[in-house]
Amino acid sequence: MNWPAIRAIYGFEMARFWRTALQSIVAPVVSTSLYFVVFGAAIGSRVSMIDGVPYGAFIVPGLMMLSLLTQSIANASFGIYFPRFSGTIYELLSAPVSPFDIIAGYVGAAASKSILIGLIILATAALFVPLHIEHPLWMIFFLLLTAATFSLFGFVIGLWADGFEKLQLVPLLIVTPLTFLGGSFYSIDVLPPFWRAVSHLNPVVYLISGFRWAFFGKADVSIGICLAMAALFLALCLGAVTWMFRTGYRLKS
Amino acid sequence: MQPIITITDLSKTYASGLVALKNVNLEINRGEIFALLGPNGAGKSTLINILCGIVTPSSGRIIVDGHDIGGDYRAARRLIGLVPQELTTDAFEKVFNTVSFSRGLFGLGKNPQYIEQVLRDLSLWEKRDSRIMSLSGGMKRRVLIAKALSHEPRILFLDEPTAGVDVELRQDMWRMVRRLRDSGVTVILTTHYIEEAEEMADRVGVIRKGELVLVEEKAELMRKLGKKQLTLHLHEPLLAIPDSLAGHHLELSGNGCDLIYTYDTRAGRTGITGLLTDLAAADLRFQDLQTSQSSLEEIFVDLVKEHA
Repeated sequence: MNWPAIRAIYGFEMARFWRTALQSIVAPVVSTSLYFVVFGAAIGSRVSMIDGVPYGAFIVPGLMMLSLLTQSIANASFGIYFPRFSGTIYELLSAPVSPFDIIAGYVGAAASKSILIGLIILATAALFVPLHIEHPLWMIFFLLLTAATFSLFGFVIGLWADGFEKLQLVPLLIVTPLTFLGGSFYSIDVLPPFWRAVSHLNPVVYLISGFRWAFFGKADVSIGICLAMAALFLALCLGAVTWMFRTGYRLKS
Repeated sequence: MQPIITITDLSKTYASGLVALKNVNLEINRGEIFALLGPNGAGKSTLINILCGIVTPSSGRIIVDGHDIGGDYRAARRLIGLVPQELTTDAFEKVFNTVSFSRGLFGLGKNPQYIEQVLRDLSLWEKRDSRIMSLSGGMKRRVLIAKALSHEPRILFLDEPTAGVDVELRQDMWRMVRRLRDSGVTVILTTHYIEEAEEMADRVGVIRKGELVLVEEKAELMRKLGKKQLTLHLHEPLLAIPDSLAGHHLELSGNGCDLIYTYDTRAGRTGITGLLTDLAAADLRFQDLQTSQSSLEEIFVDLVKEHA
């Protein structure tokens, strides 16, 4: 382990976050408030309760997950893609750092940022709706697990992408739809049976469901399956990133 | 003394099929300035990039101060600082921060005093809080050098350090490289400016189409391959070289006013005495004479042609 290097990468990435604080902090707060106005007030006034939870509170875990996923991917993919694009990656490749050091620095920073944003959203949400968290430790565990997994996923995308376009492609075309269709704003139980079955193929369903369970003690899917699916996805991302470093994929010729 | 870098049977073929290096064997001595010369695309940067861990070799072995660059990469890379050819910088970062970042990346704890010293030595201290994108090209080059020196390397690679750099900065850089060498740092530079190698290097390696065609002490190289020319300015122009002088292989130039005699400094006898005697016998008088020695550039051009 090269601790000074991990600290240096982590510090560098976090500095980038604070440098663009307006964009990184204010934007999610504004968009969350908008979701509350649109979904909470406009729709929530017609849908009173879901599973015994007021609609406004019900969407909070989904909203946090939505930001957690998109922010983790965006931060981590940009973090590693930009040095590749600008050429400063030479320094990382010539430094006495292992793939683990590099991942710990970049993924650690990306996860920290999205967790921070998740907590800001939680705080913003608390201004709109009364919140009670049933299992706070599990909530934090899910927060960490999801942030780490999707930052790792973003890191893989950042290594794979060979243009800014591709960098946007996966989040825009895959992750956002999966999140919206994953029950951020509704319980998948309200779907017709066929679509409910299809939803079970969506990994985000399990994350949101598990997260919602941590908040309200109720979920679409059992917590054990949620954990297993999150662990599976983490393992897949770890496998991909290990393969990339072992083969020097898009990093070394 | 044991060499600081030992390269054995190093080859590199890129995925595209391009053979960049063929069976290169090279030893770099501790504390020397080694210049790697070669035309564009000869394999200079590939060699440096392999040594620094940026490119994976196809075969061969490299030992840096007793550490294998593959198996023991942490120890090997800690010793090495690299100044890349391209001006690749984190445009939005501030000078001091980016140099401190490099030090951390190479596993060393913070040391603001040392970073300050490096920045002062490179005349960057005034710019420590400037964003890199606001700096001139020459300044950016200095920032890259500062980054490479931030972790107190024992070996410094300079890939085309003075490409696109003005005369003043070039001389600054040469001074800095000498200072580093005096402090015990081994410096390896690639260049296609021959004058740079001639000015700086203790030894010169010439690489061509991926092969190391020559490695030699610079002075030795110039002595061995250096040709000397004697130019005689005649009183009166000649239309042709007289038959009595045919054995000396002279050339006539300057409208018949200059007789040029080329000789080999390695030869025991230069033939100058004989030539002068024969000139007197032919009743050719001259008003001036001068000798000149070929520069490394001419030697280099000859070498590259020879192997073409």
